[in-house]
Amino acid sequence: MNHLAHPTDFTTPERHLEDSRFAVPGMRCAGCISKLESGIGLLPGVAAARVNFSAKQLAVSHDDSIDDRALIAEIGKLGFDAQPLSVNPLGTDHEERKRLTRALGVSGFGMMNIMLLSVSIWSGAADITRDLFHWLSAMIAVPVVAYAGRPFFSSALMVLRHGRTNMDVPISIGVILATGMSLYETMLGGREAYFEGAVMLLFFLLAGRVLDAMMRDRARAGIEALLRNQAPGALVIGATGATRWVKAADLQAGERMLVAAGENLAADGIIEDGETMCDLSLISGESAPQPRAVGDTVLAGSVNLSAPVTVRITAAGPDTIIADIARLMDEAGQSRGRYVRIADRAAKLYAPAVHSLAALSCAGWLIAGAGWHQALTIATAVLIITCPCALGLAVPVSQVVAAGALMRRGILVKDGSALERFAKVDRVLFDKTGTLTLGRMTPLNLDALAAEEQSVALALAQSSRHPISRALHSALSARGVVAATVEQIGEEQGVGVHGLWRGQRVALERPSGQIAATGATTRFVIGARHVDLSFTDALRPDAREAVTRLGLIGTPASIISGDRTEAVGTVAHQLGLTAQARALPQDKIAAIRRLQAGGHQVLMVGDGLNDGPALAAANASLAPGSATDMGQQAADAVFTGDSLSAVPVMIAAARRTMRVVKENFVLAIGYNVLAVPLAIAGVVTPLIAAIAMSTSSVIVIANALRLKRCAQ
Amino acid sequence: MNGLLLLIPIALGLGLSGLGAFLWAMNDGQFDDPDGAAMRILIDDEGHGDVGA
Repeated sequence: MNHLAHPTDFTTPERHLEDSRFAVPGMRCAGCISKLESGIGLLPGVAAARVNFSAKQLAVSHDDSIDDRALIAEIGKLGFDAQPLSVNPLGTDHEERKRLTRALGVSGFGMMNIMLLSVSIWSGAADITRDLFHWLSAMIAVPVVAYAGRPFFSSALMVLRHGRTNMDVPISIGVILATGMSLYETMLGGREAYFEGAVMLLFFLLAGRVLDAMMRDRARAGIEALLRNQAPGALVIGATGATRWVKAADLQAGERMLVAAGENLAADGIIEDGETMCDLSLISGESAPQPRAVGDTVLAGSVNLSAPVTVRITAAGPDTIIADIARLMDEAGQSRGRYVRIADRAAKLYAPAVHSLAALSCAGWLIAGAGWHQALTIATAVLIITCPCALGLAVPVSQVVAAGALMRRGILVKDGSALERFAKVDRVLFDKTGTLTLGRMTPLNLDALAAEEQSVALALAQSSRHPISRALHSALSARGVVAATVEQIGEEQGVGVHGLWRGQRVALERPSGQIAATGATTRFVIGARHVDLSFTDALRPDAREAVTRLGLIGTPASIISGDRTEAVGTVAHQLGLTAQARALPQDKIAAIRRLQAGGHQVLMVGDGLNDGPALAAANASLAPGSATDMGQQAADAVFTGDSLSAVPVMIAAARRTMRVVKENFVLAIGYNVLAVPLAIAGVVTPLIAAIAMSTSSVIVIANALRLKRCAQ
Repeated sequence: MNGLLLLIPIALGLGLSGLGAFLWAMNDGQFDDPDGAAMRILIDDEGHGDVGA
């Protein structure tokens, strides 16, 4: 048993299996599911592969003969991009949704069975039959309320302990009082019990909560799939000259690290050997690559573009500039935690009104000469009728329908409060690099190449990992160019790729001389002819329309960027916006605070590390799917795709949602205005309460469903 | 009245079995991938590979 008898027999049960999860955003159809499951599932060392299409994830159960890196390579061979995800498949929020769904199932069961008994009572069961049915209802209702009501009771207790109130307080009081009164009534052999009312209330409210939790889970899964989740690190050169891979957190100042072209820097440092171009856009917002030579400082989070360099580390881990930005972001995010959701603001007015109304009607009937028992029954009826059943549904249902519509449009909204905050926005601040622009190099003069030359260029570009090669590759592929057959392809670090095509030397090279200074140029050589291809970070295709639309809906935009004044000026001029250039993360926060002090509600749209604090400080924030992990985590919503029209669409959809939420409030309160006088007059029976409650909920849900097309 | 003694336990039993089925389905992960379940019906399981697309 200690050794495997047949090491190649992968079905032996003794082997140790581990689970890995990957985000595979590219899966789109049934064919993709079967391709992935059969392609990966049949690999040696893999026990099982299972796709979760809704979350766009692949779970692989495998032994230690194959690791994540190899699996990603295999998934790549099938034609999909994959990112490793953390192994824990059941996050705490996922657990919360399951808890709520279980409570929903239990309350649904209780509601149906109690209703069955109640209908018999309403249709005329009397005397001992009625008592029996009341007792049966009580036996179902008490455990169901105790179980399914817990989410409301615990939340109500928590806010009461802090001396505040929310929607759960009137709900809990109403449910507990109704159950208690009905129990008392049952013991006395009375006529009316509100068990079905109490349980039905819980059922409708739980339905709202479950929808809310589902929305958050789906958006989180979508954003998780976009995150790169790479654990950054570096190849450290040891004393003997041997290199080893060290995780970013374990790097020490004074060590020397080797950074290959195309790699991210894991720590701040000074170049000791080599000369390269660095992409600082994620840290400073500068779009043009910067030349860096021996003795120059390079920062963690920037990308080494052109040649391998040796860097002596001056600051690692918590001492880097990135870590400073993260701290700034934490501080900036604290103000947003104070936002009070609309339902809770409504509850602040609603709960005291309802409770004093119930108390007053109890007192009124006592004064009018009714007995304690009758007065309390009427007060309970008032509480049941006014319990914010429709109010509790009004907000989550509208937000869930809107978030679903936005998700189909490629906008992932993290939670309902984000929609509320987006609706109030009246100023938009854009980062430039990666937000207004695509954040990736696109070739300007591809048409300078003949069709045949384009396919040669593609063949060369696809064999290199250099950022410029990759940019050329994706631009040519998008044009539908097919790669030519180029032989003897070789890559020389810091120089370029070269090969042989029909006996001629072809190459993509770093141009010599003056042009090299801009960094974003490559020279395509074919025989004796050569063409310089220049690359730029282009504006998003519909940036202009999006900005115009923002102006039309009353949310003027401006630019705040860390890039050089000239680069920002060009974009600002193209879009007709005002701009602030050379802004540090602190400056971005300061600009937001200034606008907020002027009474504005600010939406920040940004992607980089340097935007993180601003995203957290703004009233609402949006990040593109290409943003850094930090940017996506700080933002309230993430939009996928190249189109910037997501920004006005998001604001318009949020406003429509809030309009529907308010309509729902009016509907719910209107129903109360009609029903409460009846309850106070003492003519409401459990039957009337049940009908009123379900009708108002259905009306509110139907109204919310109108939002299905809000993102168009 | 005698009918009730029979019918009420039956009604409750049916309700409970429905609840049990729901809880089982949830713990079993039947609701984890609704979109994938809709897709999988299109996969032709006979033989390996060579499906869909």
